[in-house]
Amino acid sequence: MNVVVCVKQIPDPAVPGSLEADHTLNRSGKLILDESDSYGVEMALQLVDTAGGGEVTLVSMAPNNEVSGLRTALAMGAAKAILVSDPALVGSDALSTAKVLAKSIERAGGVDLVLTATESSDGYTGTVPAQVAELLGWPAVTFAKHVEIGDGKVKVQRQTEAGYDMVEAPLPAVVSVTAGVVEPRYPSFKGIMAAKNKPVDQVTASDLGLDASQVGWSGARQEITNVEQAPARQAGEKFEDDGTGAEKVVAFLEQLKVV
Amino acid sequence: MIGKVWVFAEADEDKVTTATLEMLTKAREVGETVEAIYAGQANAEAIATTVGAHGATKLYVIDPGDGLPGQVAAAGIAQLVAEQSPDAILFAQTYDGRDAIARLSVKLDKPVLTNGMSLSDEGGLAFGTAIFGGVTLVDAKFTDGAPALIAVRPKSFAAEPSGAGPAEVQNVGTPDAGRAAEAKVLDHHVEAQQGPKLEEATVVVSGGRGIGSADNYGPLVEELAKLLKGAWGASRAIVDAGWVPYALQVGQTGKTVKPKVYIALGISGATQHLVGMKNSDNIVAVNKDAEAPIFSVADLGIVGDVHKVVPQLIELLKAK
Ligand SMILES: Cc1cc2nc3c(=O)[nH]c(=O)nc-3n(C[C@H](O)[C@H](O)[C@H](O)COP(=O)(O)OP(=O)(O)OC[C@H]3O[C@@H](n4cnc5c(N)ncnc54)[C@H](O)[C@@H]3O)c2cc1C
Ligand SMILES: Nc1ncnc2c1ncn2[C@@H]1O[C@H](COP(=O)(O)O)[C@@H](O)[C@H]1O
Repeated sequence: MNVVVCVKQIPDPAVPGSLEADHTLNRSGKLILDESDSYGVEMALQLVDTAGGGEVTLVSMAPNNEVSGLRTALAMGAAKAILVSDPALVGSDALSTAKVLAKSIERAGGVDLVLTATESSDGYTGTVPAQVAELLGWPAVTFAKHVEIGDGKVKVQRQTEAGYDMVEAPLPAVVSVTAGVVEPRYPSFKGIMAAKNKPVDQVTASDLGLDASQVGWSGARQEITNVEQAPARQAGEKFEDDGTGAEKVVAFLEQLKVV
Repeated sequence: MIGKVWVFAEADEDKVTTATLEMLTKAREVGETVEAIYAGQANAEAIATTVGAHGATKLYVIDPGDGLPGQVAAAGIAQLVAEQSPDAILFAQTYDGRDAIARLSVKLDKPVLTNGMSLSDEGGLAFGTAIFGGVTLVDAKFTDGAPALIAVRPKSFAAEPSGAGPAEVQNVGTPDAGRAAEAKVLDHHVEAQQGPKLEEATVVVSGGRGIGSADNYGPLVEELAKLLKGAWGASRAIVDAGWVPYALQVGQTGKTVKPKVYIALGISGATQHLVGMKNSDNIVAVNKDAEAPIFSVADLGIVGDVHKVVPQLIELLKAK
C-alpha cells in the first residue's frame, strides 16, 4: 500500500500575513508544515501500518527549495519526499498547483492512494484535491472524517451538512481529510534524526514536463485591481460583570425584540 | 451586464439551499440571463419552482446516479458549457460545490476564483474576496475567456425572490464522468439536528474554549440558544477538541452566519472566527478577559465568567 500525502509548507499562521508588490503572498520567512496536512500524514502512516507494507511519500510544491516543513513530516515517519521548487511557479493558483502535484504523483509511481487536507491554511481554496483527481483521472472523496482500506477500495465517512455519507471508491483514489480524523503524532527524537537523511527528490517544473506558460502567474489568468484593509466594525459598550451582566444582556435582547 | 450566468443549485431534500438563492439573486443583478444547474435526485419540479421564483429561467437537471453529485456534475456541466457558452458559473463554497468547480476547472482548463464575497459587472466581471482570515480585501478581474468559474462564500449576498414563475426543466441525464463516478454513496447518516439551521437562525449562540469542558456545552450554549429559539455554534478550538461536531463550526473553515443577534460565550475572537460572524446585525460577547479581541466587534460586551453570567441569563429568560 503506497500512499502519497500532499503537504503544503506555509508561512507561520501565527504571524500576520502580507503581500508582495506583485500581490503574491509574502513567503520569505521560514515555512512550516501546514498543520492541516499533519492529519493526512498521520492517516497515511496508520493506513500503511495496517496494510502491513508499503510506504508514505510526501509531495510538496514550495518556493526556494524549502524543506523545513517536509522534514517535520519525514520525522513523523514518511519515507521520502518529492519537492517541486521553481521560480516559474511563483504565483501559481490552485489549478497550476494541482497540475504540479498530479505530475509529481505520477513521478512517484505505483501510488494506491493520495491524501490531502480539505483546504490549506493560507490559500483555503479547497479545490486542489478534486483538481488533482481529475488530472490523474481518479475518483475523489473529499471531506473524509473516517478512512478505511479493504478489498482494493477506500471506505470513507464523508462529512455532510446533516451528518455523514458512507462513500466507497476503488483505488487508486484521492481523499481529502478533515482536521481531527486522527491524532497526529509528535516526531520522536529518533524520528527527527532519521529525517535528516531521508531522500528528498528536488525537481523543477520542466523536470515534470510542465511548460512555464501553464503554471505560475501566467497560469492564474486574473488581475488584481485593488487591495485594501477590511473596514473594522465599531465596538459598542463593554461592562465589567458586577452581578448585573445577565440583566444587561436581557435588556439588550428585549430592545432588539428577540425576547 | 454580462450575458449568461449559471448557478450550481444545491438542495437539502426538496428544499433549495439559501446559498443557492443568494447566488441567483446576485446573478440577476449582473447577468442578462440566469439559469440553474442541479445535480441530484430531488423533485425537479419543486426545485424549478424555487429557482424560478429567484430568477432562473431554465433548470438543467443532471442525474448523478449513486455517484457523488459534485464529482459527477462536472462532466455534465462541461458538456452544457460547450453547447451553451455561459459567461460565468457560480458555485457555493460547499462540499459538493467545491467538488464540481474543481473538476470542471480541469475539464475546461480554467482557473477558479474562490471565496468570492462580492461580484460586479463593472468593465467586465469583477470579483472580490478577503484574505488573511478576512482582514484584507482583494478585488480581481478575470483575464481569461468565458466562462469565469467562481466559488462564492455563503451569506455574501442577500436572497430575494423575483416573483417569476417556475424555471423550464431540461433533463440532461447521467453524464459519462469516467472514474469520477466510481466514488459511490452507499448510505446517508443523519445526525439528529434540532432547532433552526445555523445559517438561517435569527439568534446564534456559540461557545468557545472558555466554556471549560464538553459537558458544559449543553447546559450553557444549547440551553441558551433553545430559550432564544436560536441555533448553536462553536469555535474551531472546541470542534478540534472533539467537544462538538464540525457542522457547528463558525468561521473561515466553517460556516458564515449573519443572524440578527450573535452571542459569543468564552470565544477569544481570532480573525478566523470573526470572518464567519462579524457581519451579524448585533453581537454580544461574554468573556472574562477584558482585552479579548471579540470585544472589538461586540455591540454589548460583558467582561465576566460564563459560568456566572450564562446561568443567570438562563434563569432570567425562563422567568419571562
Ligand atoms: C487556517 C485556520 C483556520 C481557522 N478557522 C477557524 C474557524 O473557522 N473558526 C474558528 O473559530 N477558528 C478558526 N481557527 C482557529 C482560531 O485561530 C482560534 O484558534 C480559535 O477560534 C480559538 O477558539 P476559542 O476562541 O474558542 O479559544 P481561545 O482562543 O482559547 O479562547 C478562549 C477564550 O475564552 C475566555 N475564557 C476562558 N475562561 C472563561 C470563562 N470562565 N468565562 C468567560 N470567558 C472565558 C478566554 O479569555 C479566551 O478569550 C482557524 C485557524 C487557522 C490557522
Ligand atoms: N503547494 C502545495 N504543495 C503540496 N500540497 C498542496 C499545495 N497546495 C495545496 N496542497 C494540498 O491541497 C490541499 C488543499 O489546498 P487548497 O486547495 O489550496 O485549499 C492542501 O491542504 C494540501 O494538502
